[in-house]
Amino acid sequence: MSSLENLIADGKKAVEQSENLHALEQVKVEFLGKKGLITSQMKQLGALPKEERPAFGQKVNVAKQEVQQAIDARREVLENERIAEQLEKESIDVTLPGRQSDVGGIHPVNRTLERIEEYFAQIGFSVEEGPEIEDDYHNFEALNIPGHHPARAMHDTFYFSESLLLRTHTSPVQIRTMEKQKPPVRIIAPGRVYRCDSDLTHTPMFHQVEGLLVDEKTSFADLKGVLDEFLKNFFEKDLAVRFRPSYFPFTEPSAEVDIQCVMCGGDGCRVCSHTGWLEILGCGMVHPNVLKSVGIDSEKYSGYAFGMGVERLTMLRYGVNDLRLFFENDLTFLKQFN
Amino acid sequence: MRISEKWLREWVNPEVSTDVLAEQLTMAGLEVDAVEVFGDELSGVVVGEIVKAEQHPDADKLRVCEVNVDGEENLQIICGAPNARAGLKVAVATIGTILPGDFKIKKAKLRGVASFGMLCSEKELQLSEESDGIMELNEDAPVGQQLVDYLDLKDTVIEVDLTPNRGDCLGMRGIAREVGVLNSTQVDEPECKSVAPTIDDKFSIELESPEACPRYVGRVIKGINLNSKTPAWMKQRLERAGVRAIDPSVDITNYVLLELGHPMHAFDLNQLEGGIKVRFAKPGEKLVLLDGKEVELSNDTLMIADHKKCLAIAGVMGGEHSGISPETTDILLEAAFFQPIALAGKARSYGLHTDASHRFERGVDYQLQLQAMERATQLLIDICGGQAGPVLDICSQEHMPTKAPIELRRERVEKLLGIKIGDQQIEDILTRLGMSLTPNDSGWSVTVPSYRFDISIEEDLIEELVRVYGYNNVPSQIPRNEMKMVNQPEHKVRKSQVRNLLVARGYQEAITYSFGEPELQQAINPEVPSIELLNPISSELSVMRTSQWPALIKAAEYNFNRQQERVKLFEIGLRFENYENGLKQIPTISAVIGGSLADESWEGKSRPVDFYDLKGDLESLLKLTVNSGSYLFKLESHPSLHPGQSARIYQSDKSIGWVGKLHPNKKKLLGLEQDLYLFELDLDAIINRKLPKFAELSRYPSIRRDLAVVVDEQVEVAQLIDLIRQTAGNLLKHINIFDIYRGEGVGSGRKSVALALILQHAKRTLKDAEVSAVVDRTVKQLETQLGAVLRD
Repeated sequence: MSSLENLIADGKKAVEQSENLHALEQVKVEFLGKKGLITSQMKQLGALPKEERPAFGQKVNVAKQEVQQAIDARREVLENERIAEQLEKESIDVTLPGRQSDVGGIHPVNRTLERIEEYFAQIGFSVEEGPEIEDDYHNFEALNIPGHHPARAMHDTFYFSESLLLRTHTSPVQIRTMEKQKPPVRIIAPGRVYRCDSDLTHTPMFHQVEGLLVDEKTSFADLKGVLDEFLKNFFEKDLAVRFRPSYFPFTEPSAEVDIQCVMCGGDGCRVCSHTGWLEILGCGMVHPNVLKSVGIDSEKYSGYAFGMGVERLTMLRYGVNDLRLFFENDLTFLKQFN
Repeated sequence: MRISEKWLREWVNPEVSTDVLAEQLTMAGLEVDAVEVFGDELSGVVVGEIVKAEQHPDADKLRVCEVNVDGEENLQIICGAPNARAGLKVAVATIGTILPGDFKIKKAKLRGVASFGMLCSEKELQLSEESDGIMELNEDAPVGQQLVDYLDLKDTVIEVDLTPNRGDCLGMRGIAREVGVLNSTQVDEPECKSVAPTIDDKFSIELESPEACPRYVGRVIKGINLNSKTPAWMKQRLERAGVRAIDPSVDITNYVLLELGHPMHAFDLNQLEGGIKVRFAKPGEKLVLLDGKEVELSNDTLMIADHKKCLAIAGVMGGEHSGISPETTDILLEAAFFQPIALAGKARSYGLHTDASHRFERGVDYQLQLQAMERATQLLIDICGGQAGPVLDICSQEHMPTKAPIELRRERVEKLLGIKIGDQQIEDILTRLGMSLTPNDSGWSVTVPSYRFDISIEEDLIEELVRVYGYNNVPSQIPRNEMKMVNQPEHKVRKSQVRNLLVARGYQEAITYSFGEPELQQAINPEVPSIELLNPISSELSVMRTSQWPALIKAAEYNFNRQQERVKLFEIGLRFENYENGLKQIPTISAVIGGSLADESWEGKSRPVDFYDLKGDLESLLKLTVNSGSYLFKLESHPSLHPGQSARIYQSDKSIGWVGKLHPNKKKLLGLEQDLYLFELDLDAIINRKLPKFAELSRYPSIRRDLAVVVDEQVEVAQLIDLIRQTAGNLLKHINIFDIYRGEGVGSGRKSVALALILQHAKRTLKDAEVSAVVDRTVKQLETQLGAVLRD
């Protein structure tokens, strides 16, 4: 065996024996480096006869290639081993919880308000707001509730002075809107309202949403259609809805709307006082005196209005059983709605 | 109104069950609140006859009775009542009966003798409040019959919650009429004969204010005996209606009130001087009312007086002095018509609310006075005896209400309701309601009965029409309106965006009461004047908030007390500032944070929150406006904030809010354990946002140069940044502060601030020399203006 063949064999052996990439690199230098054992075979070239030189040169090159291939193959093996080792080292417990950053939540009452606003926005109602400290005129007089109307006794009003009070309903927003905007009017007015009453089922502050539509052609049948549609969407259920005659000074005809109890499906339970029905909102056709008070011709225009208690809707939607929870701001309660 | 069904069915008796009747009333706008069944609790109590009564062998006071209840054999019952005797018909509670008070009758042994039931007293049956011995039934009582059937005790009381417009239904007469309308059934009014006078006694009656009291019907009745007993049937009806029986005269006027809906009053004739005058009170006039309370009458109060003194507040309450006493024998009965408007709110202004005022304010039928008078006279003479004088009907016809016909247009009915109701049906419904109709071209001219004070315009008629027609017979119709879009201004930040931003940053939204405790508010926000409620629920809820902080601090405390590690709350609402130049209701957003920044985790415990956590959240809020550069934070002191950690927030020189750490003094005052950080901001200050405006992109690299300068502690970073911005010019794109260092090598009272300046040119790559020039210029300015020293 020629010395070149011995060198190839030695080189391959050294490559096989390299334990790591560094050692492999050393082997490469030893055999294939500028002064490497195989590379330096070229020095013998000058001592050979001219015609033998090409053949010898080629032999050396083949030898270099063979060792290089062995090195490449070994390198790949070693590199794979190294990656495998690294992956092993970097493995983690993926079941540990990720780094947390809290996500909070909006108050359940506002959650309901936002849903109501969205539903009515779809059919062209815009949101209007008004002051909470109101004057007697907007809260009562303009709504056809004059000074000593018996209906005032139902309102349990908080007063600051004879003519200044906390609004008892969101209805004054109807007046304020119609004072500045001519028909067609299509608004809803969400907000806080106040009544001087506090017990298990009443808080002195609560929320209402008022709706008002005034146009040339609108009727009681339309009002029924809109509210029926809203209630079915709000509860995402094909609920039975019924309209009962009632009395509000600012609407005529007036109605109270009941839905089939969402707790028992109408069979009767504690929540619906075993009637199968839940009173859910009040509504009616806008009273001509109200239109008159804002200078709208009640012969040409008619309108409907409705008002609903937001806490009650929220309680029914999510099964909350205590009204007072809404204003305690207990995080364990609030977080249930996140 | 509590309505005895038995009584009602004497007036009108449609072939419908109690449940259907209640449903009909509810669906006609007379909402039924409850249906109460009477008599059920006495099932098991039967009529019995004591066949034999013998002394108990071992007890002096007990008797062993043999009682026939028409069963297989007679019952042996031990009874302790002294009146238990042979031959007596009695009420027997048989074994298994549960008497009122959850008293179950069981087989028992009394002193060794077995007893199979109980002989009941009226009290035990809850038929009277007191009783002496067992109940004695009439001799002809049929043995074995259920006691409730024998005494006719079975009844149902329907409780109706009447709306204020339906004053006409505040009596059996009105309810019966309504039931008649709903069932198209005849109403039979009980016969009321007029009582012919047997004496001539009259009494002078003058109407001095006929516009308020146009009619006063009076009658003298003499020689009555008020010690007579109110008959049981009347007592029972009163009690079923929730009215306590008192004495025959009161009971009779109350009965007429319940039956006809007409309030009446009785004066002791011998206490009256001269004659009756119905007039408004004079200034300073006083009256001691029936309830013993003395009131000073305002001059807009209508009263009944005689020639010397006040007797009663008209339609509200009588006076003590002229009232009936057990010794009274001669009376003047009153049935008057008062205009609702004259009485409106009067009772309430004296803190009163009576059955009479409740009805007069809502309107009492102005054609009912004579009938009420005859009915009351008849009952009085039947029960208490006496002689009636002639009816004195004093009436100012010109002041009596008139019912002008109301025009009802076919076309209007259809327009308002959205359905067509046939002429015949309209006529039928309105006629059933007691209206008279005269047809004309466009519809009808309708005259309304005297008892309907709530109907005066066309819409009132349409409401009546659809009420009886049935609201549920009107179809639900999806309206077809113009498909007009609602303007959604893009430059407005919506409330929901504000909420969602804070929610994403871990905040929980709170809603607190808009009114609170004055002391707490004074402690937290002493400099802003507030507005107080005249009639608060309690002193803790008596003053409108001038800041949302007090309630949010309370809410934070509430949660820390319930083992929460961390609180991040915000609220959006109005705050109320009551300055002399006017009350302001300011939309406000406020927040409070406290506790640890995050939950404890496998990486260890989190640090407590600090000023910069809250400020960071606040700054993101300002970024919603895409104009956060327009806001400034300045160190200023607030009464409830830490003086070294509080900033007032400005938007182009206008103060818009505060942010800071709760002052340690306040923390101590409120007994808080946690440090709290708070902000409060005018919502309107972040409600406008800039619309995006495209700027050409630079395709050239940006250059970063770092500077570290040492300045006095007093120099605020904002000053450095402002100066750098002014000096560096428009090549400067961004400044970032990447280190603050205090300590060794810097000198006490000084700090090192490391800043990265990012520079870029829009059109070309920046040259080194340009960048250096900017940096040098900047450093020089910092040195001369702020005493900064470049750190090596």
